[in-house]
Amino acid sequence: MIIRKRLAAGLCALIACLSMGLSPVTAYADDEPDRDAEAAPKVELVLDVSGSMRARDIDGKSRMAAAKQAFNEVLDATPEDVELGIRTLGANYRGDDRKTGCKDTEQLYPVGPLDRRDAKTAVATLSPTGWTPIGPALLKAAGDLKGGEGSRRIVLISDGEDTCQPLDPCEVARDISAQGVDLTIDTLGLVPNTKMRKQLSCIAEATGGTYTSIQHTDELSDRVGQLVDRAADPVVKPVAVSGADSCSAAPELKPGLYADRAKFGEHRWYRVDVEPGQELRASVSVGADRAVNNDYGVLMRAVTKHHREIVRGSEAGDGRTDAISTGLRYPKPERDDEDGADDEDRTETVCLQVSHSYSATSATAFADAKSKPGLPVELAVDVVDAPDDASDAAAFGLGRGWWLLGALVLTGFVGGLLWGWLSRWRVAVWRTN
Amino acid sequence: MRTKRLAALAGLLGLTTLLTSGAAFAASGDDGKGPADAGTSFRTATEIAQGDRATASASTGDYLYWSFPADAGQRPTVEATVKLPASASRHAGTTWRIDVYDGLRRRQSCMYGMQARTAPKDAASVDLACTLRTVRAWSEPWANDPLPGTYYVRLTATGVETADLGLPVTAEVKATSKDIGGAAAVDGTLGAPLVPGKRAALSAAEPEDGWASGWWTDRWAWTAAGGVLAALAGVGGYTLARGRAPSGA
Repeated sequence: MIIRKRLAAGLCALIACLSMGLSPVTAYADDEPDRDAEAAPKVELVLDVSGSMRARDIDGKSRMAAAKQAFNEVLDATPEDVELGIRTLGANYRGDDRKTGCKDTEQLYPVGPLDRRDAKTAVATLSPTGWTPIGPALLKAAGDLKGGEGSRRIVLISDGEDTCQPLDPCEVARDISAQGVDLTIDTLGLVPNTKMRKQLSCIAEATGGTYTSIQHTDELSDRVGQLVDRAADPVVKPVAVSGADSCSAAPELKPGLYADRAKFGEHRWYRVDVEPGQELRASVSVGADRAVNNDYGVLMRAVTKHHREIVRGSEAGDGRTDAISTGLRYPKPERDDEDGADDEDRTETVCLQVSHSYSATSATAFADAKSKPGLPVELAVDVVDAPDDASDAAAFGLGRGWWLLGALVLTGFVGGLLWGWLSRWRVAVWRTN
Repeated sequence: MRTKRLAALAGLLGLTTLLTSGAAFAASGDDGKGPADAGTSFRTATEIAQGDRATASASTGDYLYWSFPADAGQRPTVEATVKLPASASRHAGTTWRIDVYDGLRRRQSCMYGMQARTAPKDAASVDLACTLRTVRAWSEPWANDPLPGTYYVRLTATGVETADLGLPVTAEVKATSKDIGGAAAVDGTLGAPLVPGKRAALSAAEPEDGWASGWWTDRWAWTAAGGVLAALAGVGGYTLARGRAPSGA
């Protein structure tokens, strides 16, 4: 009886799956992310050509010579499908006017399919000249990388901190990263001092990139080569989404990967439809793209439309981190009642609430953050078949171990004895009759 | 569910099949050479197989991510070694740390192992290790138990002076696991292992022999052996109590 019921339930699930497959929901899930011209990864190398690059302190050569040698090696090793461009900063203006000096950034080689010879010739012409306008150069570089579906990466190579305050290159990096999804800035500091390390690692952290200190030529070419190769690794690009501040207004999410921003003290709501017999799986990570206090946490709650909490995932941490993440899963049981409730009743809308407890390091930073983009949120949503419920602690209710064997043997033996006595008694009765 | 169990029972009839599939659970082993780079986020984590020795050259302060698959009944151990730059270029001690996350990006606790360690200024390398709890085939949604699926390893310097940021290091990571067997066999199975969905990752690594179907556990052998012994004991008891059948009966 029970078996038949389960079979029926299974059949229902199958039909549900099939009908799901026909609806637009999973038609979306079928298009494999494949690579074509549109999706070619784009990399722009941004090289500091300021006057200080003349210093001869990298393996006895000038910083500029080291950079040129590294660029030549990297250009030779660039994978075919990567579109590479080169931008310089401080290459042209020799004067003392800050205003002009801070606009001095130029695209040396446009982002596109790479002609190695052209690119190398262009690099060879460079000679150390002017200011260090990192912020404006990053803005321009982001513009150069616009368009296309592939991942985008800026590799910034500099030997001095930005000389064009008050435009903070860190803020610029954060803004760039907030405008478009999936843009990373990696920074390399040539023979860095502490202030420069702070600034360059701040730029890198603002976009989920990396910071490297360079003391030798081979370190530079190895690292830039590695970063270009990483850009060529295929990854799934998250879809930008904007969570609402209540469930009723929340955007509906299909299985996939999403990117959003959440400010300090903000709640973001999303909705996911789950059918009976399916399991909702959601993971979230909230990145720390700015200086935050050392204790932080993240909370994701799955609640019903009527605000009943179904399940939650939470995590807390302390210390230096790139992100904090948690996840949850919600298996929706099969429906047991046979009377045909219509399809709209079957599907449950689950509301996902995401919040984090990062805090700004100071009151001014907190106030500043109000008008700025929030912290990056990455949300992965998946809907799969629901699991079997466990009906016992042990697998299939089976036993294991010497106690089990002892108990079974004892029971068998006692049973045998009783049966033996019984049959002896019966024979005796039969005899007497 | 019940039908699955019936299938499992049918499978039980072929005792030989049962024993051979048990052998398929041999613990993963040898020192394979793994990938030579690491990812920098959950999304870009480099996939490694259990037993692979993955390496990566990186900078102090990078967040390095790898992922490996672990199946029910395994107790994974992640070991990492960080080779530090020459001590002359360093300014202070650095704290290194590995964190392990499951396929839902939930942090998993370590039962044993030095998960974090502070390397003094003159140390040449740091060794870290983390042994997870045994991966269970099923758990309640409200629990945080390790479940079959992808596991992410994050290696980073959590305590680092600004002056030491960006210095070159090389990291080595290896994930192995011990087979715990039937002692950890719980009832129930997941609908699908906890791997990032098709739209959240380009590929999802599987164990070498694919994911376990979930019906084999050595509890079948114990229970069957118990049944046989009980039957024998029953016959023995019967013979003892019944005595010899009188001749001519």
